[in-house]
Amino acid sequence: MGELRLMKGNEVIAEAAIRCGCDGYFGYPITPQSEVMETLMDREPWNETGMVVLQAESEIASIHMVHGAAGSGKKVLTSSSSPGISLMAEGISYLAGAELPCLIVNVQRGGPGLGTIQPSQADYWQSTKGGGHGDYRLIVLAPSSVQEMNDFVELGFQLAFKYRNPAMILTDGVIGQMMEKVVLADYIPRLTDEEINEKYGSWVTNGRKHNRQRNIITSLEMDSVRMENNNLRLQKKYARMEEEDVLFEEILCEDAEYLLVAFGSSARICQKAVDQAREKGIKVGLLRPITLFPFPQKPIAKLAKQVKGMLVVEMNAGQMVEDVKLAAGCAIPVVHFGRMGGIIPSPGEVVEALEQKLIGG
Amino acid sequence: MELADIINPNNLVYEKPKLLTENTMHYCPGCSHGVIHRLLAEVIEDMGIQDKTIGVSPVGCAVFAYNYLEIDWQEAAHGRAPAVATGISRTNPNKVVFTYQGDGDLASIGTAEIMHACNRGENMVVIFVNNGIYGMTGGQMAPTTLLGQVTATTPNGRDAGRNGYPLRITELIAQLPGTSYVTRQSVHTPATIRKCKKAIAKAFQAAIDKKGTSFVEVVSTCNMNWKMTPVKANEWMVENMFPFYVPGDLKDSSKNDPESYTPLKN
Repeated sequence: MGELRLMKGNEVIAEAAIRCGCDGYFGYPITPQSEVMETLMDREPWNETGMVVLQAESEIASIHMVHGAAGSGKKVLTSSSSPGISLMAEGISYLAGAELPCLIVNVQRGGPGLGTIQPSQADYWQSTKGGGHGDYRLIVLAPSSVQEMNDFVELGFQLAFKYRNPAMILTDGVIGQMMEKVVLADYIPRLTDEEINEKYGSWVTNGRKHNRQRNIITSLEMDSVRMENNNLRLQKKYARMEEEDVLFEEILCEDAEYLLVAFGSSARICQKAVDQAREKGIKVGLLRPITLFPFPQKPIAKLAKQVKGMLVVEMNAGQMVEDVKLAAGCAIPVVHFGRMGGIIPSPGEVVEALEQKLIGG
Repeated sequence: MELADIINPNNLVYEKPKLLTENTMHYCPGCSHGVIHRLLAEVIEDMGIQDKTIGVSPVGCAVFAYNYLEIDWQEAAHGRAPAVATGISRTNPNKVVFTYQGDGDLASIGTAEIMHACNRGENMVVIFVNNGIYGMTGGQMAPTTLLGQVTATTPNGRDAGRNGYPLRITELIAQLPGTSYVTRQSVHTPATIRKCKKAIAKAFQAAIDKKGTSFVEVVSTCNMNWKMTPVKANEWMVENMFPFYVPGDLKDSSKNDPESYTPLKN
């Protein structure tokens, strides 16, 4: 068993990065996630593992620094919060187009615009449906505990390298700022240049070796037919993600007559709401998507044949609800309940919404 | 003397660098990029660093620079090459990294990235090709466009009141303590080509020696968008560009204290 500690969600991102053999972090401070870089700077991992930590001049620069490092086969990370992720959208599109693996952490706050520093889940669309230009997808992981903040760093890197695609941990100010006990992973050493060449020599740009041709990393293709083929290849990759790497959690779904669907901190609230509803005699279950892309369509479609209705609880105006509706089809009602602007719904509000919007409706 | 006596391997004094690929360059006839690419190939080959050099190409005419030099390359978003190069360089400290950027890329959309990379003193080389105009998009005004210069977006000539002033970004770069060698060159005559090659070699050596950022501006022509013949474009450059973009070293820390920058007079 690994080391047990009491830590903030943001702090554990930094600790997990060091422990999983991360080569570099490039970021820019923004509330409510500044502790990620602060923790890294305090830990000075360059002395311990050789990991580079650099405060960039902007989010735009930091994501393109990630591009450079990722293109040389390094395990590289950035973190930001909603307005900062908007600035990174350009770079994220380029990373997806150039098929580079990296990990991006978005500790969401309320928007649009400068918004608030309080938690929100309003970047669901931006994260799962693009955000930047072009037809691309990110692998999006939604932790609902500090432990998962820790676990999803290595998981995010594994998936990013498996598919040569950017992965994102989509969390929010609740999980970023809360303290919980966490079991830390054991240290994994950083890959050496030789190991990087052995594993990723077919595409990395870390200096042409005698035994390989030069590598070129680009997302540019002027020939329309080849460009379409590139896009078809990307779409095939995204379809493979949907086949192989969908993650979700089901709580008390076996006998459920109604289903809550929620991710991240909303899912934590819904766990309590499930308990409260069951105390009232309402048979409610919870489905928590862990990967927001690839989205757990099949388990939701399956439960749509079992339950009388679904309530999608999100800290936004209704974003994931569209994916749930698509997965569930038209046979049962799928309704949304959400709070915006940094307000966290209470379990009681969720039960009330369930009763009013589904059971009594 | 017969032709066969002249075209003879024994008489060969100058050959194509091995690092230059066989690809036909896409540049317009008379464009300076081809010469600068060749110089880069020669320098990298002469220094024997082709297996540890990574180039970062820009958005703009030189976006396809990666098609012409047999080294590893990354293509960067418009203006972001210094950030991409920072990521490569920081995580690969034993490699040699350079960016190749035009004036729209470096001095307009990428001003923040170039300033901060130079100010941090990233160990890398920046090749800055300044032809005073946006080449690839069809000859619009660049930050470096001279006052009065006609472009697609200043059809009556650049007017300071409407369009602001031309930006001598290399002078700004030279003031940053992170830079070690900042120079302005050109490639319009055999003599300046040789001089420019020396400057590029010096810049690469400074990066290898981890002295910070080296910055080589190459004042160039864009005869197509300037709507001139190559010869006329070179003459126009000497007459109009050089008085404002004065050729020469702006900073050389191998000779001086890096902090003791003296602005060029013109």
